[in-house]
Amino acid sequence: MSAVAASVDPAATAVHPVLAVRGATKRFGSVVALDDVSIEVRRGEILGLLGDNGAGKSTLTKCISGVHQLDAGAILLDGAPTQIRSPADARFAGIETVYQDLALFDNLTPGQNFFAGRELAWPQWLPRGMRFLQQRRMDAETRILLANLKVTLPRLDAVVAMMSGGQRQAIAVARSTVFARKVVILDEPTAALGLRESRQVLNLVATLRDQGNAVILITHNMEHVTELADRAVVLRQGRKVGELVPTKDNKQELVSMIVGA
Amino acid sequence: MPETRNTGTTVGDAVLPAPKKQEAVPGLALGLALLSAGPVVILVLLIVVLSFLSPYFLTGRNLSNILAQTAVISVVAMGQHLVILTRGIDLSVGSNLALASVVGALSFYAGAPAFVVIAVMVGCGAAVGTINGLFYVFGRLPHPFIITLATLSIAKGLALQLADGRAIPGMPDAIDALGREAVWGLPGSVFVVAGVAAVLFVMAKTMVWGRWIYAVGGRPDAAVRMGIPVSWVLVSVYVISGLCAGIGAVILAGRTDAGSPLFGNLLELDTIAAVIIGGASFLGGRGHLGHALIGAIMIGVIRNALNLLNVNVFFQLIVIGVVIVIAVEADVLRNYLEGRVRVMQAGRQS
Repeated sequence: MSAVAASVDPAATAVHPVLAVRGATKRFGSVVALDDVSIEVRRGEILGLLGDNGAGKSTLTKCISGVHQLDAGAILLDGAPTQIRSPADARFAGIETVYQDLALFDNLTPGQNFFAGRELAWPQWLPRGMRFLQQRRMDAETRILLANLKVTLPRLDAVVAMMSGGQRQAIAVARSTVFARKVVILDEPTAALGLRESRQVLNLVATLRDQGNAVILITHNMEHVTELADRAVVLRQGRKVGELVPTKDNKQELVSMIVGA
Repeated sequence: MPETRNTGTTVGDAVLPAPKKQEAVPGLALGLALLSAGPVVILVLLIVVLSFLSPYFLTGRNLSNILAQTAVISVVAMGQHLVILTRGIDLSVGSNLALASVVGALSFYAGAPAFVVIAVMVGCGAAVGTINGLFYVFGRLPHPFIITLATLSIAKGLALQLADGRAIPGMPDAIDALGREAVWGLPGSVFVVAGVAAVLFVMAKTMVWGRWIYAVGGRPDAAVRMGIPVSWVLVSVYVISGLCAGIGAVILAGRTDAGSPLFGNLLELDTIAAVIIGGASFLGGRGHLGHALIGAIMIGVIRNALNLLNVNVFFQLIVIGVVIVIAVEADVLRNYLEGRVRVMQAGRQS
C-alpha cells in the first residue's frame, strides 16, 4: 500500500534501522487512527513525517514515545521487539521526544530541566529518589552540552520561565540529547517560532542528525522537509500513503500525497 | 550556581546577543528582587516599628516567648510547605496533631516510656499523612482538598472519642522539657524546630527527591513524561506533612503537659497562611523552607504585637487575613513581572 515514489538511498538502507515500526494499528473506539503503518529510521538520518491534521502523525509518535500503546504491530529497537508501556519505558530505551508543548519545567533552570527524571546522583545502592544530587557534575555537563550544540542562553542559573520562545525550544531540543540517544522525535519544533528562531532550531535538528541520532521530524513546513529530511513518509487518514526522498522538484508530489488529490 | 553566571554560554559561532546585554532589564529585575526579598524586609520593618511602639517587644524574654509560641506553627508549616510546593493542600494537620497528642497521652497512661510516647505521636501523625497521600493518589481524587477535609473530620472525631472530649493531663518529663527553658533562654522546642528545618532543608536541597518535588509542582504532566515517579512523590509529601504534625503534637504536649482533642484548632489555616505570607507560591514549585519559617514567625510577631498593644483578639484574625491577601497578590505580581521579562528577552533577539 505504500507507493514508493522515489527509491531510497542505497547507502542508507545498508545501515541497520535503529527504530522500526511494523504494521502499527491503533483504534480509539470506532475511529482507526493508525492502520498498518510501517516506518524505519536509521542512525544519522532525518525522517520527515508529513500529513494533514488528523492524519495520524501524533498518534504514531505518541505510540513510539509510550504515551499510547499500539493495538497491533510491533516496535523494534536495533532489530529487537521492544515493549513500550510508558514514557519512562521509552526514555529508558533511548527514545527522546521533544513535545509540541515542550514539557519544560518553568520553575527550574535549563540544567535542572536537562536532567529532570534522570538526575546524576549517588550512591547507586540507594533508591533513586534518596540519592544525593551531583550538582557540579550536572552543571558541567550542561555547559558542555550547550557548547556542543552551539546554543547560547543568557543565564544558566535563571529559571526557564524567564526565557524566550526560541530559547525554550532550544532547551527542549537540547534536553533530548543529554544522554547518548538512539531516536529523537520532534513534534512541530518550529510551529510557534519566528523566522530567526526557527532557523536556530533547524540548525539544532541538523546537529542532532550529525551526532548520529535517528531523528523523526514532524512538520507542516515543506521548505523544512526538502531542506532537512533524508526521507519523507506521508500519512493520510491513518494510512501510510507514500515515502520518498524529498527534493525541490517533487514538492508538488508531496503536497498532493498529503491532501490526497 | 553562581559560578555559571555569564560564563561558558557564548561558545561556537554564537548568534544570540552577548550575555552582558541580557543582564539588564533593570526596572523589572529590581521589582522581582524586591518581591522575592519582600517577606524578610517586611518582617524586619515590623520588628523595628514594634520595638518603638512597645517597650516590651524587643526584650529577650518576649522574643523567646514569640519563638516558643510559633514553634508548633513553624514545624507544621514546613510540612505544609512541601505539600503546597506540589500544588496540594493539607487541611488535616490540626486534627492530626490533636489525635497524635491524645494517642500519645493514652500511651503514657498505659505506662509507655518517653521515647515510645514520642514515637507513638510522630508515628500517628505520619500514619494519617500516609492515608491522605494514598487516597489522594491511588483513590484518583481530583484534589487533595477532599481527602484531607475528610481526615480532618475523622481525626478530630477519633481524638474526641478516645479522650472522651477532654484534655488528658500528664506527659513524660522528657517531653515536658521541650516547653521549658533549655539554653540561652530559649525553650527546647525551638531546637526541635531548628533540627527539623535542617533535616528537611538538606533533603529538599540535596536529594533527588527534593528536585522531584519542584518538578512535580512546576509541571505535573511533564514530570510524568520525564519518567519521574509522580505518584510516590505526591504520597511522600503528605507523609512528611503528617509527620510534622506529629512532631507539632510532641511540642504542644510538652508545653501544656497534656494531650487534648482540642489542640491544633485552625492550625491548617495558620500553616497555609504562614507558607503564603512567607512568599511561597500557591501556583506550585516555587518557594523554599525559609518562606514557611519566615511566614510562621511573622504570624507569631503580629499576634504578639497585637497582644502587647492591647488590640482586640478578634482583630488579629482580620489582620492575618489582610496580610494573606497582600501576599497572594504579590505572588500574582511576581508572575506578571516574569512574563514581562520573557517578552523583553524575546524582543531583544529578533
